[in-house]
Amino acid sequence: MAFEALSERFQALFKKMRKEDALTEKNMEEALREIKVALLESDVNFKVVKAFLSDVKEKALGSEVTRTVSPSEQLIKICHDEIVTLLGGEESELALPKKGKLSVYMLVGLQGTGKTTTAGKLSLFFKKKDSKVMLCSLDVYRPAAIDQLRVLAGEAGVAFYETDPKENPRKVAKAARKKAEDEGFDALILDTAGRLQIDEALMDEIGDIAKEERPVETLLLVDASAGQDAVNVAKAFNDKVRLTGVVISKLDGDAKGGSALSIKYLTGLPIKLSATGEKLKDLEAFHPDRMAERILGMGDVVTLVEKAQEAIDEKEAEKAAKKMMSGEFTLEDMLKQMKMVQKIGSLGAIAKLIPGMPKISEEQTSKAEAEMRTFEAIINSMTPYERRHPEILRFSHKNRIAKGSGKTNADINRILKRFEQSKKMMEEMKRYQKSGKLPPGFPMR
Amino acid sequence: MGLFSYLKDKFSKKKGEESYVKGLARSRAAFSDRLALLAKRHAKLGPDYFEELETILIESDVGVSLSLRLIDELLEKSRQNPEMTPTEANEELIDMMFVSYVEKGGSIVNELAFEPGKTTVLLMEGVNGVGKTTSIAKLAYRYKKQGKKILLAAGDTFRAGAVEQLGIWAKRLDIEIVTGKANADPSSVAFDGAKKAREGGYDLLIVDTAGRQQTKANLMAELGKMRRVIEKELPSSPIESFLVIDATTGQNGVSQAKAFSEASPVTGIVITKMDGTSKGGIILSIRDEIGAPVRFIGLGEKMEDLVEFDLDEYLHALLVGDEHE
Repeated sequence: MAFEALSERFQALFKKMRKEDALTEKNMEEALREIKVALLESDVNFKVVKAFLSDVKEKALGSEVTRTVSPSEQLIKICHDEIVTLLGGEESELALPKKGKLSVYMLVGLQGTGKTTTAGKLSLFFKKKDSKVMLCSLDVYRPAAIDQLRVLAGEAGVAFYETDPKENPRKVAKAARKKAEDEGFDALILDTAGRLQIDEALMDEIGDIAKEERPVETLLLVDASAGQDAVNVAKAFNDKVRLTGVVISKLDGDAKGGSALSIKYLTGLPIKLSATGEKLKDLEAFHPDRMAERILGMGDVVTLVEKAQEAIDEKEAEKAAKKMMSGEFTLEDMLKQMKMVQKIGSLGAIAKLIPGMPKISEEQTSKAEAEMRTFEAIINSMTPYERRHPEILRFSHKNRIAKGSGKTNADINRILKRFEQSKKMMEEMKRYQKSGKLPPGFPMR
Repeated sequence: MGLFSYLKDKFSKKKGEESYVKGLARSRAAFSDRLALLAKRHAKLGPDYFEELETILIESDVGVSLSLRLIDELLEKSRQNPEMTPTEANEELIDMMFVSYVEKGGSIVNELAFEPGKTTVLLMEGVNGVGKTTSIAKLAYRYKKQGKKILLAAGDTFRAGAVEQLGIWAKRLDIEIVTGKANADPSSVAFDGAKKAREGGYDLLIVDTAGRQQTKANLMAELGKMRRVIEKELPSSPIESFLVIDATTGQNGVSQAKAFSEASPVTGIVITKMDGTSKGGIILSIRDEIGAPVRFIGLGEKMEDLVEFDLDEYLHALLVGDEHE
């Protein structure tokens, strides 16, 4: 995740601090230098780093020493609160489209920050909230930009305004707006061409469109990997079009996203959305407090629970749990469970949200996902009876299944072994549940 | 003779490339103008000077580790020579930056190499949105002007509109292109391109690839596969992989360069959108951490604005500008 490296540094630092018994000018000095380098390496703006350090220092030295809190916990708390403040304090919500009146949304930014992809994602985001959405590209400059948005509109299942690439974007915006109004749309999303903040002609163009079409949201796309210049870019765009907020894109890479920390602080613009993957559904509301916890390595349990709620059919889950506890756990159930987990997101993405379980490499993740596909292929090649009674499987059965699934006998044996292990674990948990105690090593949170 | 006076001397005889001077105008204002001001404000080298210098370096995206190292070295030098003035210290710093780039070695020829009767292959890689497709068009334009027979392969079968985008460029430049179906295996497009290049006696095959975050292991592995497919089809061809990096990228550029060069050998870096940023330092920071040479830099939006990287031109434009006008 984007802030991973920062959180690793913080964790190492706090571990060291655990040995100290109070925050002093002296032991703070090293901590502050570490924090400074970590923040700078995460592309946090230099001015923000300075302000952050002096605030943390002031609060840390002025804080009362209580017996119940260790100095390292105290420092975590202070850093957490400061980061939340930097990221924008309260969540600031995106103005959603209303029924019966057209709301215009405009996406602006430098080239290659992800405007078109985000326009597609945003259209799906609104569609899921039952809005009638139209997408329109004002990018008559980049070859095939209009084609790209047309494909995304098709994928999202929303309306698409056919832009004439020879037309002036001001006129296109006006005509698209009229069409959307006439046809009773709730939302019109305008995707603009990427431009440099120093390109006066193109900056005037979006300035004019913003004045004319009065978007309810004019959002600036900022790449999570943006460097020290991001703040200047945000300022220049804000001067021209009066931005209402920022969307951070490409948070699924390992860019540390420090530019995000800086923009709100130096421009006052709130971060409203974050894009976390290449699929259309990968757009989320931005939560400053949760992000702060992620930076500090505390995991993001709330996001995980929300994702799970979205993906898991509650009745299905309950049925599965009952089955598990009754001991009638079959291969089919195991597959269903694995699929449910898969719906929440990739294994790696989930692991990153769980506290105390930070390190799963991308390689391990893809291995686990490949294993899941192997598993599925094998189970699909079994008869329903075999799925419920894998103990009857003999060599000849396995040969048939191997042929049918395109896997090897060794794959089948490995899967069966894993199934046995899971089953044993279920039984163990059942026993513990009856006795009212938790098994040793079971996570308490 | 210090580098600063060397540059002044060299470019007093010939004018600096206009594209460099113009494209780096913002970086120059943010870097060398601030350095000059720094020297003016401080009569002596002291903690204030060094703290401000640190700010300037880091804000120019020179990179934290390189910045801190440069400052440590400069501190050491100023201890050995207590008479050093801020102006001298600035020149010393610029010398050190130059040395840090040059000492990594490597060839100084940045142009692609061509061998008669062989197809030179160029793979263009990078994270999403850095300008791979546009850079391909600009490089194709460059080598077409040199009379080369060029073939493009639309290996980005993932992003909506990517194949169309390259197709439009091919048409505008009147260059042939090999495409696959949407979501086709990019290696199959690379294969088709290599096969056609071999059979048709092309001088240059440029293969586009989908943008990918360097953390996605399976996508990174795909790049290695594309390269192997090409190697098999064109076994004696020189193969170059250029990593395209957006100049507005911060410290993550280093992580990108590391991950891509681990996945398959990167033979050069292309820095795009240099004209849009005031943070010219990224070139030094990537060179410092990775060692791969910068081969081309994008200094503007016009076709001829992707130019061969020239360290002297770059430093001259970044530090001196055009005083003779």
